[in-house]
Amino acid sequence: MVAVATPPRGAKRKAKAPTAFGGYWRRNQLKLAPWLFLAPGAFFFALYVVAPILQSFQISLYEWDGLGTREYVGLRNYEELWWDDAFWTALRNNVVWLVLYLLAIPGGLFIALFLNQTVRGIRIYKSLFFFPFVISQVVVGLVFAWFYDPTFGLFNEILGVFGLGPVAVLGDPDYVTYGIIAAGLWPQTAYCMILYLTGLNAVDPEQIEAGRLDGAKGWRMLWYVVLPQLRPATFIAFVVTIIGALRSFDLVSVMTAGGPFGESRVLAYYMFEVALSEYGFRMGYGAAIAVVLFAIMMIYIAFFLTKMYRDEKGV
Amino acid sequence: MPSITKTRLLAFAAATMLAGAAMPAIAQDEPLTGELRIFLDTSNPAPRAAMEGMIARFQEMHPDLDIETTIIDREAYKTQLRNFLSANAPDVATWHAGNRMAPYVEAGLLEDVSDLWDEEVSRDLASTKGSMTIDGKQWGVPYTYYQWGVYYREDLFEQYGIAEPATWDEFKAACQTLLDNDVKCVSIGTKFLWTAAGWFDYVNLRTNGYEFHMDLTAGRVPWTDERVRQTFANWRELIDMGAYIDNHTSYSWQEALPFMVQGDAAMYLMGNFVVAPLREAGLTDDQIGFFQFPSIDADLPMAEEAPTDTFHIPAQAQNKEAARAFLRYVVDAENQSIINAELGQLPVNSQATIEDDEFLNAGFEMLSSAQGLSQFFDRDAPAEMAKAGMEGFQEFMVRPDNLDAILERLERVRQRVY
Repeated sequence: MVAVATPPRGAKRKAKAPTAFGGYWRRNQLKLAPWLFLAPGAFFFALYVVAPILQSFQISLYEWDGLGTREYVGLRNYEELWWDDAFWTALRNNVVWLVLYLLAIPGGLFIALFLNQTVRGIRIYKSLFFFPFVISQVVVGLVFAWFYDPTFGLFNEILGVFGLGPVAVLGDPDYVTYGIIAAGLWPQTAYCMILYLTGLNAVDPEQIEAGRLDGAKGWRMLWYVVLPQLRPATFIAFVVTIIGALRSFDLVSVMTAGGPFGESRVLAYYMFEVALSEYGFRMGYGAAIAVVLFAIMMIYIAFFLTKMYRDEKGV
Repeated sequence: MPSITKTRLLAFAAATMLAGAAMPAIAQDEPLTGELRIFLDTSNPAPRAAMEGMIARFQEMHPDLDIETTIIDREAYKTQLRNFLSANAPDVATWHAGNRMAPYVEAGLLEDVSDLWDEEVSRDLASTKGSMTIDGKQWGVPYTYYQWGVYYREDLFEQYGIAEPATWDEFKAACQTLLDNDVKCVSIGTKFLWTAAGWFDYVNLRTNGYEFHMDLTAGRVPWTDERVRQTFANWRELIDMGAYIDNHTSYSWQEALPFMVQGDAAMYLMGNFVVAPLREAGLTDDQIGFFQFPSIDADLPMAEEAPTDTFHIPAQAQNKEAARAFLRYVVDAENQSIINAELGQLPVNSQATIEDDEFLNAGFEMLSSAQGLSQFFDRDAPAEMAKAGMEGFQEFMVRPDNLDAILERLERVRQRVY
C-alpha cells in the first residue's frame, strides 16, 4: 500500500499547476515551441512586409495624391498602364536588365577560379576584386557617370585612341540602359565572385584528385567535376542576381534619373517617379506599377521556393 | 537626405520642448523668442550667401530668437517639400509662385498670410500679388524675380561680325555664321529637362503669343493643335541646323556652362542667375552680353518669362509669430534691395533700388515693357503636365521626327490632368 502511494517524480510540480492549459502545454510543447520562437519574426514580417504589400494592392485601386481624399477608380490605373508607353519602356528595360545582369554569374565564376590559387598576397588581390561590392551603389553610379562623360570621360578617351567616338553613353537613348547595366555588373560580378570563392573552398580535393587520375583536365574537369559541386553557390548567385536586377534603382537614379526622356527607366524607378518625385504624387498609379513588379518577382520567388522545397525533400 | 533626418530629430526634440514652453507674444513690440526654423532651397553659392546675409540681419533685429537654417539642394528640395510640409514642418520655407504652390494650398499645408498683404505691401508688390493669390487669399510673399533671355559671348559675336539678332531670321543667320566657324550656336544641358522648357516657352510665346501660351499651359488648347505644331516647326529649324551642342541630354545646366566659357558655344537661353557662374568662371562683363529673345511673328507683342521665388509659412509651423515677422522683413524694400543685389536678380518690391548692373538694367527694362509675364512652363502647367511636357521637349530635341507621337502623348496627359 505504501509503495503504491509513493508519488512518481515530478508529480509535485504537476500537482502545483493542474490547470487545463498546463496540460495542453505539456502535451504540445514540441509542436508549439518553434512557433513561439518564430512569433516575433512573423509578427514583424506581417507588419512590415505582408501588410504593405496588401496595402499596395488596395491603393492601386484608388486615385490619390497622398494628401487629399482618395477616389476609388477600380482597375483604371491598370488600364492606363496598358496604354502608357513609358511603362512598356520600363518593362522592356527590366527584361534587358534581367538577361544581361546574369552575365555577372559566369563573370564571377571565372574571376573566382582565377583567384583560387595560393600565391603570395592572394588575399590582397581577392579583396581588391571584392572592393566594388563594398562601395555604395551611388558611388559606383557617379564613378561610371564620369567614366562615360562625353567630353572628358575615360571611356571616350579610350574610344578616341581607336579613332572612335565620342559617344554620350548616358545621353543616348539606344545605349543608356546598357551603359547602366555595365556599371551594375561591376559590383554584382564581385558579389558572385565571393559566393563562388567560398563555394570553391568546399570543393572536395579527393574528387579533383580522382578526376585527375581518370584524365579529366581543363574544361571537362570544370564542367563535370567542379561545377556540380558548386551548385549551391550557383543557386544563390542566381537568386541574388535576379533580385538585384529587378530592384535596380539607385544606379538609374544617380546616373540618368531615367533619362534621356525616360529611355533608361526601369519599373522600380518609374514607380518612384510617378508616386514620389517632383512632378509625381500619383500614389494609386505608382502602387499599380509596384503590383506589376511584385507579380514579376513572384514568378521567380515561386520558382525558387519550389526548387528549394524539392531539393530539401530530395535530401 | 541624411541631413534631413538629422534635422528632423532635432526638430522633434525642439517641437516637444516648444509645445510646453511656447508663449505667444502679446504685442508686436515684444521681443520674438523661441526657435525659428527656416528651410531654404537656395543651394547655389550666390543665393546661399544672400539668404544667409538676410537671416543674419534678421537675427540682429531679434537677438532672442534662436534661428536654425537648413539649406537643401535645389533639386532635392522639390521632392522633400511635400514631406516636411505634412510632417514636422519648419516655420518658414522657400518655394515658387503660381501653379507650383497650388497643390499645397489645396491640401491646406500653407498658412494664409493675407494679413501680411496690407495696403502698403499690396501696393509695393502689386506686380506679383496675382501669382501669390489663390481663392482670393495670399499664401506667401515673393523675394525675387528674374528675367530670362539670351546670354551670349560678346567677343565671339564681334569676332565674326554678328549683331544682336532681333528677329528669328537674324537669329538663324547668326547661328549659321557661328556654325560655319565651328562654334556651336547654343549651349544647353537638358538632363534635368526644365532647360528645354525654356526654349519651348519662348518659341511658343513668340510664335503664338502670350494668351495662347497661357491657354496651353492651363489646358484649354489641345497639344495636337496646328499652332502648337507651328511652334515645334520653328524650333526644329534650329535643331536641324545643329545649333545646339551635342549630347546635351548628358548635362545639367551647370555642366553645359563650360561650352560657353571656353568659346565652344556662343549663346545660352537662361535666367539671369546664369550671370554669376559665368563671371566666376572668368568671363568679364565685356565678354558676356544679353539680348531679348528675338521676335518670330512681328505682329505679336513681346511677353517674357519671369519666375518668382517666394517664402511661405507652413500651416503646421510652430512659431508663426516669428515666421510672420520674418516674412515682413523679406518684403521690406531695403532688404529686397540688398538681397537682390547679391542674388543678381530683380527685387519685387517697387520701392527697392535695383543694383546698377548691365544685366539687371536690361532685364528690368525688358520686363517693364513686357505684354505679360509667364512664370515658367513647370510653374504655369500642373506638375504632371509639366513633367510629361518637358520630357516630350527633350525627346523632340533629340528625335524631332517623333513629334507626332510626342504630341499625341501630351494630349492624352492633358485630357487626364485637367
